[in-house]
Amino acid sequence: MACGIAIALLASGATRAQAAPRGLGSVPHAADIAALDIAIGPRGDELPPGAGSVAEGAAIYAGRCAACHGANGHEGPDMKLVGGQGTLASAAPVLTIGSYWPYATTLFDYIRRAMPFTAPGSLEADDVYALTAFLLHANGIVAADTVLDRARLPTVRMPNRDGFVPDPRPDVP
Amino acid sequence: MRASRRDFFGRVSGWLGAVALGGVGAHAAADTTKMQGAPVRAYGVRAAYEKAARWLVPSRYPTSTASFTPLAALHGTVTPSALHFERHHAGVPDIDPVAHRLLVHGLVDRPLAFTVEELGRFPVTQRQYFIECSGNTNTEWAGPRGADVQQTHGLMSCSEWCGVRLAEVLAECGVQPAAAWIVFEGADGAAMTRSLPLAKCLDDVLLAYAQNGEALRPEQGYPLRLIVPGWEGSTHVKWLRRAKVTAEPYYTREETAKYTDLMPDGRARSFSFVMEAKSVITTPSPGSTLVRGEHEIRGLAWSGRGRITRVEVSADGGASWQTAQLHGPVMPLCHTRFTLPWRWDGGPAVLASRATDETGYVQPTREALTAVRGVRSFYHYNAIQQWRVTASGTLENV
Ligand code: HEC
Repeated sequence: MACGIAIALLASGATRAQAAPRGLGSVPHAADIAALDIAIGPRGDELPPGAGSVAEGAAIYAGRCAACHGANGHEGPDMKLVGGQGTLASAAPVLTIGSYWPYATTLFDYIRRAMPFTAPGSLEADDVYALTAFLLHANGIVAADTVLDRARLPTVRMPNRDGFVPDPRPDVP
Repeated sequence: MRASRRDFFGRVSGWLGAVALGGVGAHAAADTTKMQGAPVRAYGVRAAYEKAARWLVPSRYPTSTASFTPLAALHGTVTPSALHFERHHAGVPDIDPVAHRLLVHGLVDRPLAFTVEELGRFPVTQRQYFIECSGNTNTEWAGPRGADVQQTHGLMSCSEWCGVRLAEVLAECGVQPAAAWIVFEGADGAAMTRSLPLAKCLDDVLLAYAQNGEALRPEQGYPLRLIVPGWEGSTHVKWLRRAKVTAEPYYTREETAKYTDLMPDGRARSFSFVMEAKSVITTPSPGSTLVRGEHEIRGLAWSGRGRITRVEVSADGGASWQTAQLHGPVMPLCHTRFTLPWRWDGGPAVLASRATDETGYVQPTREALTAVRGVRSFYHYNAIQQWRVTASGTLENV
């Protein structure tokens, strides 16, 4: 709301000419910004309304994802989505949502923008919450009765949350 | 006569030998001075004899895969746009440049949407920069695997880019004090997303609309892409539609699940952006066959931290090194071509090159690199590459 008011004020030519050095670009409508504002940070500010449960997610997964990612998320033929916890320091690390991803918000973000592979961007928010809940449950991260929404999702703590370090390079003597 | 012909073919055996042999020997029939040639053409094509092509990685999905630049077939430092490597996650979108907008919003005083035409009215910046995928050469972590230099090093190309400095466009929007990162998003089917620190964005990042003198190729991000000089290729978001100024990185899939470097202790490096100094000999390299006598070793060197200051070449697997000639102008964050004359006497030889950049960083050996990082980090492999010359004059990755 505050954002919309600010835009309305700035739309007056005098204000903009004074503030913007070149006067290039046009002022977008708040609704147009909101429609594109799909990247979800760890705080979850941009998460849409809606909710989905593990059980609902299991059903959607079976119909729209299992053919490529396997009935249980680890049989392939495409990327493993489940398993691998405890393998990161081994000779054969398995990098999955459960073993590797530091934030649960990333899962919602990525499924909504890029999956299912053959129809990206086709899922409703409720479906994405449900799939996220299902995949987190399949990885042993949330309980079977979990319902995710914009308040709950950012509070989910991922097992590998502290598994990342800043880039120390140059690091090779 | 015979000796001098052999010398000629020997010297150029890598890239021109086969063509010259075919052209001069087999097809001398048509006398082009006795006929009219082909008529003028609105948009040129290369000679029918030239076959250099990108190598496509076999994949279940031809839209989420990569193509590799044929480095051994190229000259100088600029990669022809049609041979620039590709990595897409959801294919190449078909974008109408008139309808396309770049939205800049988030922690700015004035959210603005720009057409490509409007971006073209900002002052232009033109620079030659390499782009290297951080997965380039990842075949080599556990030992020599790639069949040739196209497979080992072909996720790397270099172009002249024209565009507007992102800093100019951000000034138009007024970046707020709390801003520290920008989340960039493409208009492809994966809406590819990466977060970049604001300091880099205000430094040398470009919103590019042109490559090698013409509009970007569709597979290179038409009509607008990010150029993030010296940093890993996946940050150069193509088909750019949105830049959201934020306080924090967004930990997108492409900067968590991917493009993070797993270390032997099970922890991973994140936001490992810079491409460290690296070089490779492109001629001779696997696929060419040497004859005894005089040759010129040729290769490319580059560094994401600035200029290449020195390239050394070894013909004995790193036991001794000779300084190669650098062909100027040597530009920062750009391919640098090096050459060194070399005589092959038919004996054992292992060719290698080693780059040093202006920070004093020296390209490491595989042993030194893997001693620190192990062999599971996948990204950012930049060790010295060796080609062994066999007794028959062929070359192999060792
Ligand atoms: C047609 C096959 C296919 C279908 C159907 C499919 N995916 Fe995928 N999925 C892929 C491919 C291929 C990738 C890798 C894409 C890339 O990296 O470019 C992938 C990647 C992913 C990833 C990222 C994994 C990682 O660790 O990086 C997630 C999460 C995912 N898919 C979830 C889903 C969900 C949820 C569905 C169902 C709504 C789904 N996928 C349906 C093929 C598929």
